[in-house]
Parts: sequence; structure tokens; C-alpha cells
Amino acid sequence: MKISIDGLHKAFESRIRLGIMSALAVNDVLEFNVLKEFLDLTDGNLASHLKGLERENFIGVKKSFIGKKPNTKYFMTKSGLKAFEEHIKALEKLIKAQK
Amino acid sequence: MKAEQDYIRDIAEIRTMMERSSKFLSLSGWAGIMAGIYALAGAFIAYKFFGLNPSEIGSGDNAGILRENLWKVMILGIIIIILAIASAVYLSYQRAKTRGEKLWNPIARQMLVHMLVPLVTGGLLILILLSKGWIGLIAPFSLIFYGLALYNGSKFTYEEVKIVGLIEIALGLVSTYFIGYGLIFWAVGFGVIHIVYGILMHYRYER
Repeated sequence: MKISIDGLHKAFESRIRLGIMSALAVNDVLEFNVLKEFLDLTDGNLASHLKGLERENFIGVKKSFIGKKPNTKYFMTKSGLKAFEEHIKALEKLIKAQK
Repeated sequence: MKAEQDYIRDIAEIRTMMERSSKFLSLSGWAGIMAGIYALAGAFIAYKFFGLNPSEIGSGDNAGILRENLWKVMILGIIIIILAIASAVYLSYQRAKTRGEKLWNPIARQMLVHMLVPLVTGGLLILILLSKGWIGLIAPFSLIFYGLALYNGSKFTYEEVKIVGLIEIALGLVSTYFIGYGLIFWAVGFGVIHIVYGILMHYRYER
């Protein structure tokens, strides 16, 4: 895992990824289309960020079919939750340190 | 290195997204106030002009007058419901717009589905009571099922809605015991409670 000196994950540098993780932290599973609605993104943009988080093993994917339509659901993995919590702690620390 | 401003914005973004993806917070306090006013006006009209005050479960002393006016009371009830829903949708739409959110989001849908099960059950039950002439039970049961709907939907919105739900259920149960005071309980539950809730929410979250 890539962690910079200040304890912040490189994977969470983008606000979009932070947004995805935040939404998944409070929902067991979320469909692609629901995430898209929350984050107000295009399909391609969201898909590429999801791929990035998937590669880090922070989120998992469940693929199924509803009729002929593919239905993709995402959930947060344990290591994803841990990394996300540590990232928030690091952020809070940095804010406090600078005050 | 990012600046402090960026960290604070990151945290704010995380909070907003967690909230937006789990809670429906566009419900306006004004919606409660308006619904309460309609309910009080409706209860007053039903009592004053249509002589609605069922004192027994079945046909009581004033059953004759009541039967004549029953369809008027029903139309009045439907008008109140439509007015209350229309106001709630309009005011919530305005609120969602100022918050930069969409009104019809996945959370709103989920909340509605959770509320609809008790609401439709209660609605059908009331139609059955009407067909049997057990008019005295309509006010108490409408309170109970409305309370259940609020309680069920409350996990998708403000915590306070849960308390309102429990109060409505309690009022419904008590008024089932004191059948003769159904209209008063109904006016308290749908009128006074809504107005108090609306004012409270307005001061707590919308100023």
C-alpha cells in the first residue's frame, strides 16, 4: 500500500474516490447507478475510479443480471474500511496539528 | 503537500457524502406546519358543518346525520391528504434545490417504500372499517398506521421523525380506548403534533 509521509493514502487523494468510500461506508452495498446518482458523474469517470479502488482491494464487486441487464453492486472490503478510517484519522490529525 | 483548507474540505466532503447517501434531509419543517394547519381546519369543518363526532364504534346517536354526510367527510379527508402531500413535495423540492440535491434520490425512494407498506395497510383497513360502518375506529387506526409509517421511514431521515411516529402510535392506542374522542385525538395527532414538529425542525435545521 502506498502511504505518504503524512499518513494519507494516495488512493484517496481524489475527492471522487473519497466520495465513493464515504457512500460505501454507510451502505452495505450500492449499485453502480445509485453511486452515479450520488456522485453526479459520467459512467466512464465513475468506472475508472471504481477500478482504481478495486485494484487497491478497498472495494469488492458483485456482478449479476436482472433479466438481460447487467447489475453491478459495490461494497467496501475490510481492508478498505480500515484504510478509510485511518485516512480520516490522519486528516483530523493534520487539521489539529496546523491549528 | 495539501493545505489545511484542503484537509478541512476533504472531511466536509466525507460527511456530506455519508449523509447524502444514507439520509433524506430535504424534508422541510414548513411541510409539517402546513399539514398540521390543513388537518386542524379539516377537523373543524368535519365537526362544525358535517356533525362528525362518532361516539361509538358502530352507529351511535348521530349515525343518521353522519351517514348523510359521510361522503362529504371522505372528500374532505382526501382533499386534506392531497393538500398536505402537495405542500410537502413542493417545500421539500425547494429545500433540496437550495441544498444542491435532487429530491427524488435513491434514499427518498427507499424511505417512501418503507412508509408505503404501513400506509397502504392502514388505508385498506380504513376502507374495510368504512364498509362495515365501524366509523369510530377510523380516527384511532389512521393515527396508529401513520405512526407506524413514520417510525419505519425514520431510519432514512431525521431522528426526530421516529419520536413523532411513536407519539402518533400512542395517541392512536389511547384513542382506541376512548372512542368518543376520536376527532379530538385525530386533531391533536395530525394537527397539533405536525405543527409542533414543523416549528421545532424549522428552528433546529433551517435557520
